[in-house]
Amino acid sequence: MRYAAPLVLFLLLAVLLAYGLRLDPRRVPSPLIGKPAPAFSLPTLKEPDRHFSPDQMKGRFWLLNVWASWCVACRDEHPYLIRLAREAGVPIIGLDYKDSIPGAHQWLKKLGNPYYQVAVDADGRVGIDWGVYGVPETFLIDPEGVIRYKQIGPLTPEDWEREFLPLIRSTTTK
Amino acid sequence: MKPSALFLAFLLLLPATAGAIDPRRFDDPEQEARYYALIGQLRCLVCQNESLAASSADLAQDLRREIQEMIQAGRTDQEIIDFLVQRYGDFVLYRPPVKPSTLPLWLGPGLLLLAGLGIAWRVLRRRPAGAPPPVANQAQVHALLEEDASGEAGNPPDGEKG
Repeated sequence: MRYAAPLVLFLLLAVLLAYGLRLDPRRVPSPLIGKPAPAFSLPTLKEPDRHFSPDQMKGRFWLLNVWASWCVACRDEHPYLIRLAREAGVPIIGLDYKDSIPGAHQWLKKLGNPYYQVAVDADGRVGIDWGVYGVPETFLIDPEGVIRYKQIGPLTPEDWEREFLPLIRSTTTK
Repeated sequence: MKPSALFLAFLLLLPATAGAIDPRRFDDPEQEARYYALIGQLRCLVCQNESLAASSADLAQDLRREIQEMIQAGRTDQEIIDFLVQRYGDFVLYRPPVKPSTLPLWLGPGLLLLAGLGIAWRVLRRRPAGAPPPVANQAQVHALLEEDASGEAGNPPDGEKG
């Protein structure tokens, strides 16, 4: 009986530490969720004279995928983005973050282009406005222009099913 | 011996050089002091255990540039901190604000200290007060040893007698 108290304390500590092990400290929750998407106007990759701005997407769900040709994890993510662009019916806008223009062109030519538009954020300032700190990142923006979800790291089919789809369905069926 | 001491000295220099990768130019020494104070208390999101001042990550460089520009544009420290918190959350602050979700952080150490003091008090109180201390003091030890020695002298072994 005299060991009951230390045993209970140990078990409590073990549960706490086990919980802590499951947390990913790299995933910092974004304060932007539920807030209007930060405005910007950036040249597009295809036609640098034309600009892309989030206002152009009002009225529909869309994804902002932050990527770069120097980003290794983006390469893992890319095949799934291509599938998503074909099957999901949600336009994907690419934000080419602090990238070289020729590098970005080459990437899309070699790996395929899942993007409806690619906006070029050469100096990373739009990235800062959107709180980007680990490429790739994917934002879900709703028809009112509000950020509903942020994926940090490569987007996977599981994330899409579990996080993105329910948000899209709950709004469109209302 | 000499080379390893030199090497250690070199290691000590590393953090200093890491922060000095891109020295910023300010005309106003007061602005410069504010700049260094700010980047010292803001956290880099990429290498999370480094401040913006110490980190050589790309994002940290961009944020240092951003902070420098804001200082030179006349923004206050609070405005700059708000700018970063709006984008990256409280996580960028090494000193988190006091609010319900951070209360365990602020009160936890105090509560643990109180719990420790409570346990110590209970353990100390339980020890029987009347029992003699297990070890006597040095003088008592010597007295006992001497008594023993003189006792031996007073009763020599039988063989020596007669």
